[in-house]
Amino acid sequence: MGDFQIKKSAEKYDVIIVGSGAGGGMAGYVLANAGVKVLMLEAGPFFDPAKDSKQLLWPWQSPRRGASTTRAFGDFDAAYGGWQIDGEPYTLKDDTEFTWFRAHMLGGRTNHWGRISLRMGPHDFKGKSFDGATDDWPITYDEVKPYYDKVDRLIGVYGTAEGLENDPDGIFLPPPKPRLNEMFIMEGAKKAGVKVIPGRGSVLTKPLPGNTNRGSCFFCGQCGRSCKAYADFSSSSCLVIPAMKTGNLKVIPNAMVREVVVGKDGLAKGVSYVNKEDLMEYQVEGGIVILAASACGSARILLNSKSPTHPNGLANSSGIVGKYLHDSTGGGMSGFLPQLMDRKRYNEDGVGSAQILAPWVLDNRKLDFPRGYHIEFGGGMRMPSYGFGGGVPRINGMVPGRDGKMKDGGGFGKSLKDDYRRFYGANVGMAGRGMAIARETNYCEIDPKVVDKYGIPVLRFNYKWTDAEIKQAKHMQETFESIMHAMGAIVTSRAKGKEDNYGLHTPGDIIHEVGTARMGDDPKTSALNKWCQAHDCKNLFVTDGAPFVQQGDKNPTWTILALSMRTAEYILDQKQKKNI
Amino acid sequence: MNRRQSLKAIGLSTVSAGVLLEACKTGNDKAVAAVPSKEEYGDADLTGLEDFEKERLKELHKRPSFFNDHERQTLIVLGDLIIPKDDVSGSASDAKVIDFIDFIVKDIPDHQVPLRGGLKWLDLQCLNRYGHSFVGSNENQQLEILEEIAYPAKVKPEMQQGAVFFDRLRNLVATGFYTSQIGIKDLGYVGNVPGKWDGVPADVLAQYNLSPVSYGV
Repeated sequence: MGDFQIKKSAEKYDVIIVGSGAGGGMAGYVLANAGVKVLMLEAGPFFDPAKDSKQLLWPWQSPRRGASTTRAFGDFDAAYGGWQIDGEPYTLKDDTEFTWFRAHMLGGRTNHWGRISLRMGPHDFKGKSFDGATDDWPITYDEVKPYYDKVDRLIGVYGTAEGLENDPDGIFLPPPKPRLNEMFIMEGAKKAGVKVIPGRGSVLTKPLPGNTNRGSCFFCGQCGRSCKAYADFSSSSCLVIPAMKTGNLKVIPNAMVREVVVGKDGLAKGVSYVNKEDLMEYQVEGGIVILAASACGSARILLNSKSPTHPNGLANSSGIVGKYLHDSTGGGMSGFLPQLMDRKRYNEDGVGSAQILAPWVLDNRKLDFPRGYHIEFGGGMRMPSYGFGGGVPRINGMVPGRDGKMKDGGGFGKSLKDDYRRFYGANVGMAGRGMAIARETNYCEIDPKVVDKYGIPVLRFNYKWTDAEIKQAKHMQETFESIMHAMGAIVTSRAKGKEDNYGLHTPGDIIHEVGTARMGDDPKTSALNKWCQAHDCKNLFVTDGAPFVQQGDKNPTWTILALSMRTAEYILDQKQKKNI
Repeated sequence: MNRRQSLKAIGLSTVSAGVLLEACKTGNDKAVAAVPSKEEYGDADLTGLEDFEKERLKELHKRPSFFNDHERQTLIVLGDLIIPKDDVSGSASDAKVIDFIDFIVKDIPDHQVPLRGGLKWLDLQCLNRYGHSFVGSNENQQLEILEEIAYPAKVKPEMQQGAVFFDRLRNLVATGFYTSQIGIKDLGYVGNVPGKWDGVPADVLAQYNLSPVSYGV
């Protein structure tokens, strides 16, 4: 055994940020641009979409043709990491089912995300006053609105002003026009009484006013691979790399943070981390520490940061850290439109985010569950990839052949080859994403017995869906079916029933997990104040999904960005006033 | 027309085109520094791959085929029965589907036993019926046995194992074919190029009796 020592950096930074995704990237961008010296620690390698994106590659340029062997969403997807990472396990308590997607790389999960950029609405922030089903945030929509506006202007989002009560409009670039299958969905939804609006996504359909560093969209539909032209939002391309150019932000990649180091005064002094390349232990000092390692990643760091002044873990005198973990509900249905068989070929790649969207506008007084979900739609003539055509032998017996006669499903030879052509681009898919109630009884905690390969104690998850989410999933299936029926589609996915919770996805599956260090006015029932500042430690902040009290049926990224920007401006203000 | 002009022609802003050209030129630094040999990585593009992904590719390419010559030959014959040459395009073997299957069974070992066992099952069926292996049987015999395993709803109970094998193989052949240049051309997929999306073309709207939408880029 050689000497075991911790290398301490001599340099002291104004701010240390743990994580480089939406929350870390935005805080780093605002602070670095204000002249603050920032050190950003990222658990994965450096990633620049301009160089590292697999955009515009063809399936044959992957010998596995895009299969998901080493990347969960396929070989071309821009996420390093996945549901399981070698040497970095997590555990499940009792019969909990929970899945945790991690992307260890500069920009985190924002490199591959769906770019669907929705503001939470007034009722989402004040659920208790609205219907009593969920807890209130300590802030209102009106308090967050100026930051949503600034995020819209800084990053860019397309959409249309709709004037909906709980889906606030933003400052929008023009949305892309719908594809053919999306036009059929719009018609069918109208017949079925389901409201569908143009999508809202952070893709530059036009040049972003005032920004010369980013190109605009050239419509390849491959946002999930990350964009070489920086035409969609990734924290790497739009926030961290520009922040580095100020000279005020330094990134240390492959730095897996162990804990926040706390001084005798109980304040955060810095963080300790393992360098994944040399496996040595390091410690860096900063005046302020911001955690943005993902909701569960930050909760893990807080719970592992035990000290004499914070014996229960940092920011956890309330015992609330890890609790109120919640992911969006999810459900889906797939089918095909017989009228789109043998369709004319043309390029309909479009944008890689939602081109149309069904917002939640129903009245819950007539329903047996609180709040609701929005629907995202898919389908069309997409680039073939691993698994292509697998559905055709299962559905070619459902409609008459060219000769007008029904035939047996399956087959081979020229007739099957013709069917692959006939069905190409006729498919249609729907995915519901809804509000799940944040509950104290759904939580992550430190597994008392298990450490990862760096010796860091790992998370153990406890999560159960309740009647509210299951009934919502049932309603999703009914809505999907009504749209499918109204547009004359044939459903090909398996019917979902009570025995499988009406197709409700396992918690974690939707990758919208938030709520593990919720904000609030009362230090007994919240970890952070309304500025995402720890009640117990004034120079510690959390700017990822952890501060969420309750998410709506809205994908969380846009709210993470707005809150992180708000917190960064608060930090600047407090530094100026010498309060921190 | 040079490349920059052609990008402009399709409506890309100068910034987009500039960034894109720059990005195309730069490529992956490491990959450029050490040009990957086809021998080591096959046709794989190494852009943005993590080290472990490159190592894995190299290791899989080095490894000998999982299949023996007879199995390979049987897979080639089956592939061409599933996707034969027709008026539009070539066959599975023209698209080198066997090379994809060869790689994917190393990459996803879960395919190995069902494929090897299925091939053996098929040979045994043919041997009992026709006195030859599948490739040794004549085409009518080959078609006769495929008829019994290719239509899931009418497969006899004693042929179910064959049907499950055939379904797996059929899907792998379809993937291998339609992700090849020949297959993509056959399907008529014309995307994956920088362009401009302006909604459904007018003639297609007319074909389906749809009105153009009033919004858009």
